[in-house]
Amino acid sequence: MKKSIIVIISAVLLLGLFSGCGGSTASKGVVNVYNWGEYIDTDLLTQFEDETGISVNYKTFESNEQMYSVLKQGGVSYDVVIPSDYMISRMIDEDMLQPLDFANIPNYSLIDGGLKNAAYDPDNVYSVPYMWSTVGLIYDPTVVGEVDSWGALFDSKNSGNILMFDNSRDAMGIALKYLGYSLNTTDKSELEKAYELLKQQKGILQGYVMDQIFDKLESGEAAIGPYYAGDFLTMHENNPNLKFCIPTEGSNVFVDAMCILKNAQNKENAEAFINFMTATKNSAANSEFIGYTSPNKEVKDLLDLDELTESVMYPDQALLSKCESFINLPQETLDYYDELWIKLKS
Amino acid sequence: MTKKYTGGKIFTALTYVFLYAPIIVLIVFSFNSTKSRTIWSGFTLNWYKELFSDRLIMSSLQTTLLVSVVASLVAAVIGTFAAIGFYNMKKNWRGPLLTVNNIPVINADIITGVSLSLLFVSAGALMGFELGFGTLLIAHISFDIPYVILSVMPKLYQLDRNLFEASQDLGCTWFQTVYKVIIPEIMPGIINGLLIAFTMSVDDFVISYFTAGSSVQTLSMTIYAMTRRRISPKINAISTLLFAVVLILLVIVNVRESRQHKAELKKEKMLKGAN
Repeated sequence: MKKSIIVIISAVLLLGLFSGCGGSTASKGVVNVYNWGEYIDTDLLTQFEDETGISVNYKTFESNEQMYSVLKQGGVSYDVVIPSDYMISRMIDEDMLQPLDFANIPNYSLIDGGLKNAAYDPDNVYSVPYMWSTVGLIYDPTVVGEVDSWGALFDSKNSGNILMFDNSRDAMGIALKYLGYSLNTTDKSELEKAYELLKQQKGILQGYVMDQIFDKLESGEAAIGPYYAGDFLTMHENNPNLKFCIPTEGSNVFVDAMCILKNAQNKENAEAFINFMTATKNSAANSEFIGYTSPNKEVKDLLDLDELTESVMYPDQALLSKCESFINLPQETLDYYDELWIKLKS
Repeated sequence: MTKKYTGGKIFTALTYVFLYAPIIVLIVFSFNSTKSRTIWSGFTLNWYKELFSDRLIMSSLQTTLLVSVVASLVAAVIGTFAAIGFYNMKKNWRGPLLTVNNIPVINADIITGVSLSLLFVSAGALMGFELGFGTLLIAHISFDIPYVILSVMPKLYQLDRNLFEASQDLGCTWFQTVYKVIIPEIMPGIINGLLIAFTMSVDDFVISYFTAGSSVQTLSMTIYAMTRRRISPKINAISTLLFAVVLILLVIVNVRESRQHKAELKKEKMLKGAN
């Protein structure tokens, strides 16, 4: 018995050693990166280390709010974080980010002009876009017919086939857009109407989901639901029946951007990392891996996109102009969101 | 009678199906050629190949295994001595202290996690350290210890009190008594505790999440972070590998045990024959 335990322990430790062979400590210091899970081509990290000699300590988070709470809780030291637009404006408001030195990020000039001077960072001081995408409807036309409006999500003829976002901001955003209001409204009566709409929808809904939507739409268990454009492409690979549209009422366009934290200890390395990720070749590889759209204007020509991928990744300008990005809402409105969401889900 | 027997068989079969069906599905889909978790589209070993080149998953696996092994070993040592201490305490002390020991087991993980994190962050601010592997390890040790104590205590109660006295009569020092008499007697309890502690550590998400900081990330944290994009089939692959390793180890342990058992039986027989 004793010996067998020793065998187990040494086997486990060996496995641990074996799995650790990827880590290397380079001499030119480190950069601590905090990004969304499954949101990078990890080969790029190794390439960055080989090119610069800076080793990357790469960690992942699940949502903007989770990332925010980890940073606020303290005791951690990240250099580069990659949150979404509205979270960036909140972090700027709370003085959590530091201005970037663009002399160290020459590739910034390759960023599409349309993504500069965005509402979350109006003077282009704190952030460099990483990837962007839109929210749209993913649907199976053989079941729900052709769709070009959010109305399909609230139509009782699709009862039982509808999926909805399981987070308050995205779900309320869709209801607000369908009603013709802004995603960023702080008007309580508009929010109240959106809530009423979602409450009615609950009766015909199959469920509130996040990543379960992949399996449900691919297998045909559900036939329509809103999700991120980039993720539609992987669903389409498994179920070629599926189609994507940005509804005519407009939608949410979101940008995840790279920022440097106020208390970063490796600012220059962080800027080198941001510059590396923005370079055309690297951003193209990353965009191909993730399926989201690169902010680098040269990438589109470099990637050999088929028609479908191109229409999803680079939507029509007219539609895009109807889309809004989230901005940070005042605390009072956020509390009201929470209140309505809890009421809806309970 | 026979009817009852088949009923029991069906029940057993169902139990095994419910226990192992998810694992079988997971193993099957680790060989699926697309990312789908519902549609089978062909056999591939790609996920295994990608798994070993995914540095994030590999380094989180390493962290998980390292922290679990070290924490369960340390907890086994501390827990065993704590249990021996409890055992030798007066009864009116032992009761309340054992209850206190049980609190972390019953307590919600999230409370343990948040309180440890508060402690580490404030102590870190005072003494100049950050959350990291050290704090993760301390947190794991602290929630592992009660499990070791809980599985060692019953073994101590089964112990014959006369054994100590006999060993001391025969000239053992106090330490020798512990080392040569008590520990071997309670070994099965220690090993059980060690294994439970190890499993708890590998399993843990909530407490690790609050105490790991920015330099390390456990496997469960990495998996959780994938949920916006969809959990990668690489996770199926690594789970399959872990399951296979555990299965192989269990088989080895069982084979060894049954061999040892047979050897002992043989010895007993020979002794009886000699008498």
